[in-house]
Amino acid sequence: MIMVTVMIMATAITIIDMFAYEFMTNAFAAAGIVAVVSGLVGYFLVMRGQTFAGHALSHIGFAGATGAGLIGIAPLWGLLAFTLAAGIAMGALGERISNRDVAIGVILALALGFGLLFLHYYTSFATQATALLFGNVLAVDHSMIVTLAVLGAITLAALAAIMRPLIFCSLQPELAEAKGVPLRFISTAFLAIVALAVSECAQIVGVLLVFTLMVGPPAAAQRVTTGLWSGLVAATVFALAESWLGLTMAFYTDWPVSFCIAVLSALVYFACLALSMRMGPAHPVPAP
Amino acid sequence: MSVITFDHATLHIGGRSVLSDVSFTIEAGEFIGLLGPNGAGKTTLMRAILGLLPPSGGRVEIFGRTPERGNPAIGYFPQLRTVLPDLRVRGRDFIASSLNGERWGLPSLSRKERLAVEATLESVGARKLAARPLSEMSGGERQRLLLAQALMGNPMLLLLDEPLISLDARNQEIAIDVVRTVCRQRKITVLFSAHELNQLLGTLDRVLYLGNRQAVLGTVDEVVKAPVLSQLYGADIQVVRADGHIFVMSRGRDVERVDHMHDHDHGHGYDHGHSHHHH
Repeated sequence: MIMVTVMIMATAITIIDMFAYEFMTNAFAAAGIVAVVSGLVGYFLVMRGQTFAGHALSHIGFAGATGAGLIGIAPLWGLLAFTLAAGIAMGALGERISNRDVAIGVILALALGFGLLFLHYYTSFATQATALLFGNVLAVDHSMIVTLAVLGAITLAALAAIMRPLIFCSLQPELAEAKGVPLRFISTAFLAIVALAVSECAQIVGVLLVFTLMVGPPAAAQRVTTGLWSGLVAATVFALAESWLGLTMAFYTDWPVSFCIAVLSALVYFACLALSMRMGPAHPVPAP
Repeated sequence: MSVITFDHATLHIGGRSVLSDVSFTIEAGEFIGLLGPNGAGKTTLMRAILGLLPPSGGRVEIFGRTPERGNPAIGYFPQLRTVLPDLRVRGRDFIASSLNGERWGLPSLSRKERLAVEATLESVGARKLAARPLSEMSGGERQRLLLAQALMGNPMLLLLDEPLISLDARNQEIAIDVVRTVCRQRKITVLFSAHELNQLLGTLDRVLYLGNRQAVLGTVDEVVKAPVLSQLYGADIQVVRADGHIFVMSRGRDVERVDHMHDHDHGHGYDHGHSHHHH
């Protein structure tokens, strides 16, 4: 009993320790905002089977971020401009393009290539390349938190506005069309929302690891629950837990934060996958 | 009042005319089997009724009015496309998404709407089923769920696009039986597209046979005979009746059966993926 009390107190003290550093409280706030946005937007990305499009958007964002550095503005705005433009273009071109793996693959490789070119011409920016690719949440300052909060609020408000028809046309496009849902508009608006979320997410875990927050937690949530609201809640809780635990883990081990979050994301996903496989299908397979 | 009227209507898709100068009238409460070879325009005809495809010539009227998108009097069961193998959304949420799914904002359901979902599930015996995710359902179970959905909101006209695809013979019979019972009870007009005529023989009032850009509506005896079908298929067709079954043959081959086998391939592809999921 005494042992337990001592342990809890020790843990509490070390946690207080961690928050004694301003960069840690900033990182917790920023990661918290981004985790909520990523979990919720990512849930629909997974539901629609468009995770690869999300991945492509982040790579295209890399070119935008380095390009922004080249002309002397903050990388976030370049990231936002490029992902938004690409998301809207994908939506406008419709299913024919946005669900074509090869076309998306070629474009994302091209975007990374351009990102490299921009880096090449702006050599002093090269130190920031790692931060863009793999994130640098410990360098987040107060103004960035405010920016993330505003962007996050816009993203979630837009998602809430289209959520009902988005679900309908994700699940049953033919019927949604017959009922008068503007499919093209909804899918374009959604990709624009994904673009916003990707830009925010890249600030925390970097463009290469947006999957860890935008795909890992929602995919894990959909393994353990099949309800809509419970799925959204679970995705958000997973994303929050993974990013905060990841930060804590990084603080005590000195490993990179994004690595810790990536590991936790993978662990949670595979644990949920194993759990749902062990529970198996809810009904016996009838003999042929 | 007639439910569906096509008056010298012509339907085009991408410059190709699918139906040309077609006229027929379907009355309230009729169970119509929609038949014809692949690509004859069965889905296109339904899209015109739904107001998704305005006729390029002539007139189409539904309940005496120009078709418009989102008409609540029409229940629609689209042809089953491949469902994402990872679609882990439970059946109840899946069909609830169609209730006022065109409205903006968050997907909340009122108590009345939730009751409507339950009542419809009950009427096709799918309440238990609806707790499971779609990715774990068999073709027959998914079909039943979608049928429940098409019946939500008490439509007066039901458009069923190939509801028997990927079902085995027993489940096909069950599906037809459920549709017949519910629609007779509620006096719903049904347009039921299918490849095989025989299973529907005891159920349908009239057939609407499409082919060669034409449409012929009438009783089975009026429509399913050699001269009419030869014109619709653009080939020399024989109609053989044996033991209460009707076989539509072209040069000794069963036309419907050939089409049907073709669809069965799709069905197998799908079932294959499904069984993978379980093992």
